[in-house]
Amino acid sequence: MSESEPTTTDAPGLSRRPGRRRGRDDGKFGRYGGQYVPEALMPAIEELTDAYERYVLENEDGFMDEFRERLADFGGRPTPLQRAERLSERYGREVYLKREDLLHGGAHKLNNALGQVLLAKYMGKERIVAETGAGQHGTATAMAAAHLDVPCEIYMGERDINRQRPNVFRMKLNGAEVNPVTAGRGTLKEAISETMRDWATTVENTHYVIGSVVGPHPFPVMVRDFQAVISEEAREQSIGKTGDLPTDVVACAGGGSNTMGAFTGFVDDEDVALHAIEAGGSTLEVDEEAGVAPNSASLFTGEEGVLHGARTKLLQDSDGQIMESHSVSSGLDYAGVGPELAYLVDEGRVTPVAVDDDAALEGFHRLSNTEGIIPALETAHAFGFLEEHADDLGERVVVNVSGRGDKDLDAAIEETDGRDIDGAPDMSMFTEGI
Amino acid sequence: MPTTGNSEALAAAFADGPAYIPYLAVGDPDDDASLAYVEALDRGGADVIELGLPFSEPIAEGPTIQGAVVRALEGGMTPDRFFAFVEDLDVDAPLVCMTYYNLIYQYSSGDDGTASDGPRDFVERAAEVGLEGFVVPDLPAEEADPLREACDEFGLDLVFIVAPTTTGERLERIMSRVSGYVYVQARLGTTGAKSDVADSTTESLDRLREFDVPKAVGFGISTGEHAERIVAGGADGIIVGSALVDIVADGVEADLSTADVADRLESLSRELKAGAERGFASRMEPAESR
Repeated sequence: MSESEPTTTDAPGLSRRPGRRRGRDDGKFGRYGGQYVPEALMPAIEELTDAYERYVLENEDGFMDEFRERLADFGGRPTPLQRAERLSERYGREVYLKREDLLHGGAHKLNNALGQVLLAKYMGKERIVAETGAGQHGTATAMAAAHLDVPCEIYMGERDINRQRPNVFRMKLNGAEVNPVTAGRGTLKEAISETMRDWATTVENTHYVIGSVVGPHPFPVMVRDFQAVISEEAREQSIGKTGDLPTDVVACAGGGSNTMGAFTGFVDDEDVALHAIEAGGSTLEVDEEAGVAPNSASLFTGEEGVLHGARTKLLQDSDGQIMESHSVSSGLDYAGVGPELAYLVDEGRVTPVAVDDDAALEGFHRLSNTEGIIPALETAHAFGFLEEHADDLGERVVVNVSGRGDKDLDAAIEETDGRDIDGAPDMSMFTEGI
Repeated sequence: MPTTGNSEALAAAFADGPAYIPYLAVGDPDDDASLAYVEALDRGGADVIELGLPFSEPIAEGPTIQGAVVRALEGGMTPDRFFAFVEDLDVDAPLVCMTYYNLIYQYSSGDDGTASDGPRDFVERAAEVGLEGFVVPDLPAEEADPLREACDEFGLDLVFIVAPTTTGERLERIMSRVSGYVYVQARLGTTGAKSDVADSTTESLDRLREFDVPKAVGFGISTGEHAERIVAGGADGIIVGSALVDIVADGVEADLSTADVADRLESLSRELKAGAERGFASRMEPAESR
């Protein structure tokens, strides 16, 4: 690819960013990215890279047209950009909500799952495997697989299965098999490792639908491209409603798929500030001895390393062993983060902020009782940020409501009990006698 | 075309007859027992020993070796303890370190605990304690140049894995970078002892015939009979991990003495080595009987 061709796009800089939609590349974002996988997976990764370039980048056989059509008809896109009246008043600036919680399945996850399952079909794969943490990606993949009639198996940490029983049931309702992962602490990190092991065995007929902008190239760019619809819509909607771009975009960040989805369309708009809100957990202090980081703030506190196929920022000890992360929201509970997001943070384009469990819980209740929207606990971190930092933000803030909170009601009851949260219901009738 | 290895000891291990290459995770279940186990492999006829430095996310390993990794990490194994362990070992066989790239990448010889930004410190320390090479399952040839350069600087070999799915250009690319020996993965999937030997092994060996590097086959070998068949099929060596780790795991489960477990490791080693030698002899027969 020639880099010297003059760019004709109306977004200058678009073709200069590494990993950007500019055709073939090696999946490197500065120091980050790459393809650190067992040799048995390399041919599959190369096959997938080729399919990504042909179908996603070049719309071969009308792949992207079919994807967009199914996202509209099956998924319910576009999702609204809604002005939040009470929050706008509370913070003295315009607060808009990008309502990914209204996407089919109740979270942004379907954008990626539908894209990848459809791609697997175009590639002639006969079986889907996927990992899931909170269960949102697992349910989205199971829905997409049922919709497109492809057999599907989901790997889920045993601990997460216990934390997210309704999602397990949803996956099974859609005909997916759910395989419990007992290794380690039984959360997302172990589920990803186990899914990679399945894929290494079945690579010839199976596609691995990874759930975030993590893993070896081409997954980070491919998942970003499927999720980018969030910011493409939001950008247009913002201009339509306010006549201008937002001054700030706020999204929670675990692996980073809703984050990259919400940011990608704005990255080249240099005046739009991008805030990635990570799970600060109970504290940002780490316990090296126990190998535990009681948070999931890999952008904010992590060090460069190699995990699950990519070089990125990780929660690790000084030897390079991966730490157990923690968050009140299982969807953010991951020791790594997408390599492109790590790169954008290093470049100063994205600002990472950690919001702890308490502030996230408060955000959960605030959005629920002031706006009538029960957010996912992941999303609630973005509202915790808004409460703490609204004064530092500009006039028009877009917050990505990455998912709805129905899946988190049990966790919310447990976590709210014993905390003193403004506007939270009296918890006694929910916790006594259970 | 022939890839010259850096380590003379590794070259010598394949020089006369098939190489028996056992693997154990270091520190499983504790350092003292682990030392006795590795020395038992040596007494049992190991020509090269692969020492696993446990990483918290061993994505290429099946349940058996995952179990070993968990036990070793719970026992407190770290890269520095691993190097001390290698220094304490009293064995004849050359030693190869098998681990994941993040541990190599993060290792810092300085005592300030800061990241070293590259594999050089790890390789330098490995050379100091007498290791002869590396196998790094999550490091494909495309990302391996910094490690390969450090290996060349300190005289160590970098072994690559070739899978049943590795063909064409990828195979050429790997074979142009490999040194010491090539690890021929006998089947798709993760490590683990199996009751049969995959057909894909023969196909893989055929594909590799033109390359002048010793070919060691691993993944699934658990008996002398497997060893015999694989060497008879043209392998220059056999790599055995899970079948040996199973013995260690049984020892933990049944609370056996270190000496008992060591005896069993030595005895299976003798069986595997003898099988490999029978396979090698059968390869000679047609020529001799003519």
